[in-house]
Amino acid sequence: MLPFIEHFPVLIVVISLLSSVTILVVGWINRKASYFIFITTIVTQFVASIFLLAHVLTRGPIRYWLGGWKPPWGIEYVVDALNAYVLVILLFLAFVCGIYSKKKREHELPQKVVSFYSVFQLLITGLCGVTVTGDIFNMYVFIEIMSIAAYALIGSMGKIGKVALKASFTYLVLGSVGACFFLIGIGLLYSVTGSLNMHDLSLLLPPLYGNRVVQAAFAFFIVGLSIKMALFPLHTWLPDAHAFAPAEISAMLSGIIIEVSTYAFIRVSFSVFTINFLRLLPILDILCWVAGGAIIAGSLMAITQMNLKRMLAYSSVANMGYIMLAVGLSISVTSEPWNGLTPALMHILNHALMKGCLFLVAGAFIYKADLWLINDFRGLGRRMPYTCAAFVVAAISMIGIPPSVGFVSKLYIVLAAIEAKKIVFVAIILLSSLLNLVYFWRVIETMYMKRAEGEEHSTSTHVSKDEAPFGMLAPILILASLCIIMGFFWLAKVPMPILNQINNMFGLVKVP
Amino acid sequence: MECLFTMILAKYNYWLSVILMLIGLYAILAKDNLVKKIIGLNIFQTAIFLFFISLGAVKGGTAPIVSQEMISKGYVYVNPLPHVLILTAIVVAVATTAVALSLIIRMNEEYGTIEESEILEKLKEPGT
Amino acid sequence: MKEDKGERSIVTETISRVMIPFIQLFSLYVIIHGAVGPGGGFQGGVVFGASIILYITAFNLTDGRRRFPESASIVLSSSGLYLYAGIGLLSILFSAGVAQYLNYGFIPLSGQFEQNRALGMELVEIGIGLTVMAIVASIFFDLAHKAEPKNKKEETD
Repeated sequence: MLPFIEHFPVLIVVISLLSSVTILVVGWINRKASYFIFITTIVTQFVASIFLLAHVLTRGPIRYWLGGWKPPWGIEYVVDALNAYVLVILLFLAFVCGIYSKKKREHELPQKVVSFYSVFQLLITGLCGVTVTGDIFNMYVFIEIMSIAAYALIGSMGKIGKVALKASFTYLVLGSVGACFFLIGIGLLYSVTGSLNMHDLSLLLPPLYGNRVVQAAFAFFIVGLSIKMALFPLHTWLPDAHAFAPAEISAMLSGIIIEVSTYAFIRVSFSVFTINFLRLLPILDILCWVAGGAIIAGSLMAITQMNLKRMLAYSSVANMGYIMLAVGLSISVTSEPWNGLTPALMHILNHALMKGCLFLVAGAFIYKADLWLINDFRGLGRRMPYTCAAFVVAAISMIGIPPSVGFVSKLYIVLAAIEAKKIVFVAIILLSSLLNLVYFWRVIETMYMKRAEGEEHSTSTHVSKDEAPFGMLAPILILASLCIIMGFFWLAKVPMPILNQINNMFGLVKVP
Repeated sequence: MECLFTMILAKYNYWLSVILMLIGLYAILAKDNLVKKIIGLNIFQTAIFLFFISLGAVKGGTAPIVSQEMISKGYVYVNPLPHVLILTAIVVAVATTAVALSLIIRMNEEYGTIEESEILEKLKEPGT
Repeated sequence: MKEDKGERSIVTETISRVMIPFIQLFSLYVIIHGAVGPGGGFQGGVVFGASIILYITAFNLTDGRRRFPESASIVLSSSGLYLYAGIGLLSILFSAGVAQYLNYGFIPLSGQFEQNRALGMELVEIGIGLTVMAIVASIFFDLAHKAEPKNKKEETD
């Protein structure tokens, strides 16, 4: 007798798919109702995912066979602690972006509101599907659903964002090539083992670790997923895609879409090719060096940008470097509490919060005052006090000042690097914190310290407040306050049981 | 020499697939017209599909359609699983091509051209 | 599309008139026989969509729009998707917690478990065929729509 909660993995994906079509049908009749259905669905999914996380932590992973057919012949949905954790993060960020998007869509694109929400719901379907599935070809299909929805959404800004069309086209070509590499990897694995189920592959692959086909398959997986997650040499689509996309899509793109690709990378490396394979070849060492390059290159290129969203996009490139550095150090680190995958998973949550807040603030600036370039932000600190305060909090978190959330993840990565005896990476992280300070300080200085044009010599301190509307301000303030509150939670080690369970599952803890 | 010969001839399906993939990648990178880039992407994806389907070939196998005659006489049939996977992948490729073509149409409306070099020049102009 | 030139090609129109019903019948055959031979929902849906595209190419776009209006594409694609996902949800409901999603055997369509399963699969394929047909036709309509020529570049937006 299955308790109802075991149906939740599938239900989260299916109600998202159904609601995407329902939004289209209902919106054709009545435009306002489409937003209501959109928000209701996301809230339902978010609540379901929290119940799912609680269930998985207490009772163990859920194995769900679609159609009653046993794996490896049937498709299986496996939800363990890693899945449920990423699912909660992504649905929370989708919920926040959904609340934010109401005012903005009506201002910018009044005639395309219904199709925007429908495609946004399809994007969430793809994201949820990537997270819950336990079959590797099913993961390819959902990665493509998520990517196609993202291509359509990035290019949806109308006349203002016509630059985004070219960027979306570049993302389409590069992203499809990356997904095709993922498909080649699946084909190579299928040709030597005959199975597509992740758990089954992890049992069938160990005798074949020396086989060139398996090693080539792993190389294809890494390259394909690196294109999707914008890891350093393959990141060129990301800044252009961010520069003129709608703000909440930028928040979803940097906060969730590239992070779900890092989740897919962790899942493929640690669940399919287990850590024994990763210990055989120096894969993770090379990954650490590439990630180090990503951190420095991203931070350096962010300093030279004039457009705020492009600067934040290069900052995302650097943060994907942090996550990949933490993944690369994971097998050589065993002392609590920064062992195994803990720093990487911690940074997935933290980056989603910080970058989501930053991009939503950038969107608020564009909505209120149509400001894209940093030099135009003069005097904004007085005109939009709450929004700029949220920006300062999120920037403090990105730089890594205690007790914010960014500080905790950088601390754990540095401690992991020290224990793995790779001091170079400690130097790289500290240098990148300094570079973060340089480019964020530039923005903060322009916002607060410089007076607006035309007010250069006025001495009155009365400036009219022109704050962003409450529907946009609330998500920004929620995310900014979470940046600090979650920092305290991480320092008090409140979410550690989740991460310890994940490390145990992958065998990354040293058995005493 | 014989070893090299058999190595190339026996695995001709993989070689053909790789050559097609490289042709597709060349078209994506080197062609200026955006529609030709999408055609190159389609060639690349088709090459991967051919690679995948050729994995399922069985020597002397017939089409995997179940019938009483096949069961009673014990015919050998090719592996149908790669075929099913590639059907799904073809659907994905069709959807990607549809989105790409609609993006090209929008770019043509906005910029008046679909040559990539001209679009890049228009992007460099101040005011965009 | 020959709407503005006023030319009509008798050969193309007659052959399309003869062929289109057979193409549609063949697409229904492909959808239903997907379980035991090559075919299935997506393939049959694309063939049906191809018949609509043939109609548009042989006659003109406005005639095609008249026969396949926008409301039809929204209604057909959404009903196909409701059929597809709805049967899966019904199978959870009817199995009352015993079985997993997509075990169509529990839907009370006919007497036996295995027949229910086969019928459920066929209904899902029909749903997929409907959606794919509507989407393929609507993609073609959107791509074939002529853009208004721009007179001047307006910098107001």
